[in-house]
Amino acid sequence: MNTSFTQVTQSTKTRFGRLGQYGLLIAFVGICLILSLTTPRFFTVQNLMIIVTQVSINALLAFGVTFIIITGGIDLSIGSMVAVTGVAAASFAHPDTYPVVVPVLIGLLAGLFFGAFNGFVITRSHVPPFIVTLGTMTIGRGLALILSKGRPVSNLSDSFNFIGGGKILGVPTLILILVVAFIGCSILLKKTVIGRYMYAVGGNEQAARASGIPIGRVKMIVYTLGGLLAALAGILLTSRITTGQPNAGQGFELDAIAAAIIGGTSTSGGTGTMTGTLLGALLIGVISNGLDLLNVTSYYQEVVMGAIIIGAVVLDSMNRTNKN
Amino acid sequence: MIPQPYMLEVTDLTKTFSGVVALDAVQLRVRPGEVHALMGENGAGKSTFMKLLIGLLTPDSGEILFEGISLKAANVHEVLKKGISMIHQEMLNVPELTVAQNIFLGRETTGGLFRWLDDSVRNKQAAALLAHLGVSIPPDARMKHLSVAEMQMVEIAKAISNDVKVLIMDEPTSALADAEVTILFGIIRELTQKGVAVIYISHKMDEIFTIADTITVLRDGQYIGTYPATELTENSLIKLMVGRELDRLFPESTTQPGVEVLSVQHLSRKGAFSDINFAVHAGEVLGLAGLMGAGRTEVARAIYGLDSIQSGEIHLKGQPITIKSPQDAIRQGIGYVSEDRKQLGLIPALSVKYNITLGNLSTYADGGFIRSQRESTAAVDVMAGLRIKAAGPDQPVVYLSGGNQQKVVIGKVLQANPAVVILDEPTRGIDIGAKSEIYKLIHELKASGIAIILISSELPELLGLSDRIVVLAKGKQTALLSKKEATQETIMRYAMQP
Repeated sequence: MNTSFTQVTQSTKTRFGRLGQYGLLIAFVGICLILSLTTPRFFTVQNLMIIVTQVSINALLAFGVTFIIITGGIDLSIGSMVAVTGVAAASFAHPDTYPVVVPVLIGLLAGLFFGAFNGFVITRSHVPPFIVTLGTMTIGRGLALILSKGRPVSNLSDSFNFIGGGKILGVPTLILILVVAFIGCSILLKKTVIGRYMYAVGGNEQAARASGIPIGRVKMIVYTLGGLLAALAGILLTSRITTGQPNAGQGFELDAIAAAIIGGTSTSGGTGTMTGTLLGALLIGVISNGLDLLNVTSYYQEVVMGAIIIGAVVLDSMNRTNKN
Repeated sequence: MIPQPYMLEVTDLTKTFSGVVALDAVQLRVRPGEVHALMGENGAGKSTFMKLLIGLLTPDSGEILFEGISLKAANVHEVLKKGISMIHQEMLNVPELTVAQNIFLGRETTGGLFRWLDDSVRNKQAAALLAHLGVSIPPDARMKHLSVAEMQMVEIAKAISNDVKVLIMDEPTSALADAEVTILFGIIRELTQKGVAVIYISHKMDEIFTIADTITVLRDGQYIGTYPATELTENSLIKLMVGRELDRLFPESTTQPGVEVLSVQHLSRKGAFSDINFAVHAGEVLGLAGLMGAGRTEVARAIYGLDSIQSGEIHLKGQPITIKSPQDAIRQGIGYVSEDRKQLGLIPALSVKYNITLGNLSTYADGGFIRSQRESTAAVDVMAGLRIKAAGPDQPVVYLSGGNQQKVVIGKVLQANPAVVILDEPTRGIDIGAKSEIYKLIHELKASGIAIILISSELPELLGLSDRIVVLAKGKQTALLSKKEATQETIMRYAMQP
């Protein structure tokens, strides 16, 4: 009857939806296969580790921005936050000054403060996040230059440089931190009350409010998380290049947003997963690595990357139209 | 009288979606100047049928003849140009543009030396159209500032501003109060006298028998038949639609009202309502009646903390309470089922389960971590208890029928164990079978001792369910009627009071 008819159509729709979710994974595996066959150096432990290491900073930023985009927001200031927090940490990381926890905590606190500031202005002013974070992006860049007096902050302690440049049992610390952050962010998003609220706020803010969800608090939390993860990325980058660079992180926000979008996070909010974002970041990393190995110049790589972003969103919207 | 030739002839129209038949050899024959009601439960195929008619979808087989010419391959624009126009149930408009700009979208006028846009002509024409419809909406008001009912009137104005020959109206009265319905019916009669054919879709039986000349019934995508309205009764029509006879729509309630649960005193909000006083008791249904714009929804929103109040007091179980947000209201034991399910009720992309548990999620969590097992059990219980029909708890709520979506919203509100529930137009846009389900549910809530405030623009519904009825007119309380005193006539008299 009536109900069985709707159920039939719905179950086919769900099946299409699942296929869409796996589409990215299929694309990722496919590209890896092609690269393994065309370039002998691609599928080696050493090269794969290089890829993940290169990807990790972007992935951390992308995790943060995924939370934010799921709530229907955006954060353009994370690249600048990488510079501010990196410079702030580096200033306290010279040899024989403070124990290594001090620069790390300073960096994280700077990110926490910066992210919370974004959240505070966005929730209090009702100015769109795009504009608020466009402003704080510029402010952040200025702060990084002021803090460092426009010069790179170098001569950092060995223990600080180990954080992002060392290896534990042969595995780069960056990869270990990435794995831990991924698991943490996934649990937060999927298994906690606050994670569910993020989806609700992005899915329908008015209904979320009417359901008694503290919208302001949810937004404060996601922008603060974005700041914290940007700080983590900033500290790791500074440690890895052994210098606090006031010009670091320019354009990082766009790479992070691209990873989230390729990973299936809808810019209109309400959908997205950490697994998708991680795959998106890895896909970007694999493609740029593969193009390197195939001796494609970086100019062409930019063109390819842009095309992939558009392609991902087109596929996503086609998938969505199918469902409707 | 010799019957006029058909204006629109649909023969054996069939449409399938990925192998599933949505419409199976459906017929429709419409004469000029008639009101032709298209009846069927939700899911019967009415929407698909109308989308095929206006060119939004292409049929698999069958024929649509309009004034003798096949429309089969026509697109929306061509169909519109031929004079077939539809007023959508979900209003499509540009919120940032003015009323006049929306009415004449795509038909702007230019003037002066540089042929710049000139709204003055269109504003005058829009004002005339709206005045003709008997509504006082300023033509230069932004669309986004209008109420749902006013938007509906603008949609109607837009349709008749075109040179329309067939006008399709999908639930045109769902947001209108009785006085506006009367105006709308006047307009429909005026149009039909000019030879316009109206295809009318509604779930409201009394309207169908007031306005329709001919009735075509669909059930589960099948064509059941076409009948002159005079040959059918409400019961025989329902039987044709659902294929079985329904129980009595409003079951007799034996629940006696208990202690006072919620009362409001001198409640006022500037520009919306002033000096509202009523109390609702455990196991009682208090109806809120009034015309569109009388302030019923505004009172509900204020009690629930969605809007602030300027003065007055709210008491819960005798204690004065302050409500600044829906969070406060839920904590105090007040639940609200909004008239606007899509905007305020549901998170469409989330599953049935997630929507149900959203309002009270911390109950299913330890230290912020959701216990999936506990959450699923609760959701499955609610689905069984409220008889929610879905493929499963994980199905996104957007795929459910209107009636089942409404039950999900009610389920969510009940999860917080409210002492009082405000139901704002709980049966808007849902079919008759689902309506009777909602009515049963209201009785069950009543029996469990919940106090209910019911807002409805359908007077039979309000009268059938309420123990007492508060009537509002233009933001003021004009009457508090007992069940005995309340009739359609008395309510209307108080609702029209200045």
